[in-house]
Amino acid sequence: MLERGEVANSWRRERWDSLRLLTPNWQSRLPGLRYEGRDPDGYMTVGEVTEFIEHFAKVSRAPIRTGVNVTSVRRAGDGYHVTTSHGEIHAQTVVIASGACNEPAVPQFDDAVPASVEQLTPFDYRDPAQLPDGRVLVVGASATGVQLAAELRRSGRPVTLSVGEHVRLPRTYRGRDVLWWMDASGLWDQRYDEVEDLTRARRLPSPQLAGTPERTTLDLNALDAMGVELVGRWAAVRDGRALFSGGLRNVFSLADLKMERLLDTFDEWAKTDGFEPEASPPERFAPTRVPESTRLQLDLRSGEIRAIVWATGFRPNYSWLDVPVVDTKGQLRHDGGVVDSPGLYALGLPVLRRRKSTFICGIEDDAREVIGHLTRYLAVRR
Amino acid sequence: MTTVANGVNVQALLEAREVLKGAPEAAQFTWRASAKWQGGVHSTIKVQSFFGLGEEQNHKEDWAFEADHPEVFAAEDSGITPIEYLLVGLASCLTAGVASVAQNRGIQLRSVESTVEGAHDIRGILGADSDVRNGFNDVKVTFTIDADASKQEIEALVAQSQKRSAVFDALTNPTNVTVEVA
Repeated sequence: MLERGEVANSWRRERWDSLRLLTPNWQSRLPGLRYEGRDPDGYMTVGEVTEFIEHFAKVSRAPIRTGVNVTSVRRAGDGYHVTTSHGEIHAQTVVIASGACNEPAVPQFDDAVPASVEQLTPFDYRDPAQLPDGRVLVVGASATGVQLAAELRRSGRPVTLSVGEHVRLPRTYRGRDVLWWMDASGLWDQRYDEVEDLTRARRLPSPQLAGTPERTTLDLNALDAMGVELVGRWAAVRDGRALFSGGLRNVFSLADLKMERLLDTFDEWAKTDGFEPEASPPERFAPTRVPESTRLQLDLRSGEIRAIVWATGFRPNYSWLDVPVVDTKGQLRHDGGVVDSPGLYALGLPVLRRRKSTFICGIEDDAREVIGHLTRYLAVRR
Repeated sequence: MTTVANGVNVQALLEAREVLKGAPEAAQFTWRASAKWQGGVHSTIKVQSFFGLGEEQNHKEDWAFEADHPEVFAAEDSGITPIEYLLVGLASCLTAGVASVAQNRGIQLRSVESTVEGAHDIRGILGADSDVRNGFNDVKVTFTIDADASKQEIEALVAQSQKRSAVFDALTNPTNVTVEVA
């Protein structure tokens, strides 16, 4: 196992200070390792996640070589030639486990933003003190965007949040963590070959969730109540002005309707699986409040906005992969982790084999199947 | 799945989607209209040809539209007001979307009606107040739909039709517009 930095490198270097895991502690289960602390319903801090992964590296006795950066993988003979910062390796098979979030994805018009406005990505951001005083424009309302908007607002700064399509979820539902429902109802186990629109499922933004000790919901109504200004999706920059979509109401409707459908699914499952007697009754949440009027444009040169935080998602970086298996959108071409090149595999990508693929508790089933394929491949060739 | 008859050939659209995924150049369309001044603030607009799927295409018929302004604008009212054509475009686009999405989701429609209202402060176009914009301040569409579906499913149809609407996008998001003299 090659690791460019230390074990849990991205958790050490590419996360902001206040971040906590979105999944409750009890869901942090890996083969032979379960959470045994005193707060099963809590959410690990970045430091705790780092320790958890380090601990797993030890107990699993994974043969990890840290500080080894892979600079190239190319097809050679019956396998792959791997070039690293510490020499060359020939491997019959390669498993890519570098993840889907290697770099922040920032829209093209970031270069149209005047230099007087500071720009940060979630990789640069650590805490509010880093930012100048004054209004902050947070772009993107998925997990990262809503968390940073809330934190920046609490720091006393006025915050404007640009909202596109998003996934709304309550933190708890009928007395349980909403991710308990995803797990228990079997939704997370839904396989990639059963999902109706796999491309869409793989592109789904992270839900509006935050892991906090209070287990509070961090949807747009919560942000509105905190005084965060909501505007539509950032559509363009013209003459130094950011122009926002007037379609905000519909992205609210889409998210509200999808959340309701999901809660219906949970209720249906609860009824048929006899869970209901112990649960509190079904809940429905108020629709996302539509502001009286929203700003359609914002003058970036006026000095009103002092900083922009791009919470517009992440993308993988395969610049080191010299095998033609990356599509025009920069995504790996694979069928459930079996990459379109013999002996090449992937793990830990969105909906790789199941909806839970990118969660800690989701890797075990995926890894078993992908490695099963890999061992059969090696056996046939021997 | 029970078959529903909303008259939308969803199969053809889904097949086109698959084909165009691998052929983005064929997906490049140019829509055209040509206008001719008729005197006063009246013009006639003709729509006939367009470009798409790599070649010139034609509507089955030549279509002509009259645009003018009403008598309260001291005009002849020989046709509807240009900004009303935006409402025509929005209503027809969303309605087509509702029908297509319903067909795709197996929902039988019985009737789909809508009203579209655009709130317009005409002090903008008259130059009476430079703080007032020329265009709509607000557009509201109200659908009344009778279908074999729950209220939630009907709301989802309307939401999805906005998500995939060319006119809704063109109205809610800025578009580069170039106007030249030939």
